[in-house]
Amino acid sequence: MKCKRCRARAEIQLRSHNAGFCRPCFVMYFQRQVERTIHKHKMFTSDEPILVAVSGGKDSLALWDVLIALGYQTEGLYLALGIGEYSSDSQCKTEAFADSHDIPLRIVQLAEEAVTVPIAAQFTNRVPCAACGMMKRHFFDQAAIDAGFTVLATGHNLDDEAARLLGNVLHWQTEYLAREKPVLEPSHPQFVRKVRPLYRLSELESAAYAFFRGIDYVIEECPNSVGATQLIYKEMLNRLEVNMPGTKLTFVQDFLRSAQPAFAGPDKSPPQTCSECGMPSFATVCSFCRLQQEVERKRGRMPASQS
Amino acid sequence: MRVTLLPQNRTITFPKRMSVASLLNKLDLLPGTVMVIRDAALLTDDEVIQLDDEIEVRSVISGGL
Repeated sequence: MKCKRCRARAEIQLRSHNAGFCRPCFVMYFQRQVERTIHKHKMFTSDEPILVAVSGGKDSLALWDVLIALGYQTEGLYLALGIGEYSSDSQCKTEAFADSHDIPLRIVQLAEEAVTVPIAAQFTNRVPCAACGMMKRHFFDQAAIDAGFTVLATGHNLDDEAARLLGNVLHWQTEYLAREKPVLEPSHPQFVRKVRPLYRLSELESAAYAFFRGIDYVIEECPNSVGATQLIYKEMLNRLEVNMPGTKLTFVQDFLRSAQPAFAGPDKSPPQTCSECGMPSFATVCSFCRLQQEVERKRGRMPASQS
Repeated sequence: MRVTLLPQNRTITFPKRMSVASLLNKLDLLPGTVMVIRDAALLTDDEVIQLDDEIEVRSVISGGL
């Protein structure tokens, strides 16, 4: 296969675009796609400092790399989730990336700030991914606000967006569908703008970009993700994609263009302020503080050796 | 050819040369869900893998919830 741009040997085939690219042309294509997405959705300007949520995985490090290459002013934010060797390995790789670019990295240790993901899951009967997601949402906003950022960028890719959309459609989660967009404006003073500049680029594309750029990312998957529902949705979508290339992109883009506005509607009541931590909440106490309280309550009942 | 699957870190040997597309088919992997790597370069589906090649098949799928 030949590169669509320069006719050199292609290293990557993009079925959804009916194209192949060599390494240099693909890197250029990927960076341009991200830049176009940022401009099209007015995600941020070149004057705004951006906090990039990084996990040590291919997507977030690829995103950080592109933003640096495009000349944006960035800092990284890493949440140490306390998931054993997986977390320590991902922190090492994230720190190495930040050091190699001489760019600041903020690290939030959940074990010091609150509870780790395994402890939260153990004491609250939540699946680890649910506890993890909730804590990430809380600390992303809190860390961004504390450090004076107004924009937080995450590495969600096209496959993440398509899988989430499929899950929300299958269960007609209309409130989630209303918020499913690449830019989420803050609805509370303690929220920041959340942006997803990779939402049009597939998992294969971000992995290939990270590979071509020599980014040392965590290849191992989080041990808690085994059997996760999102992976089932991704497999179904990938089966469709093999037979109908472009399905994932069309699904997400056409949803945003044609269906999302129907779910958005007028803003429902904005979040209140949590009486415990001062962060946004849809109840008197936010779900993160309730989770912490539940862990403390149940830990208190356990013999010391088990907690 | 020796094929190492990541992140499983499992190695499989195949006794004959074949295209990348055939390899993925034999491994029951969908195109677009893995990168096929030889000598620090990615291979497209039409490339032929030789008997003495060392291949890495690296998953690109990640996710939770």
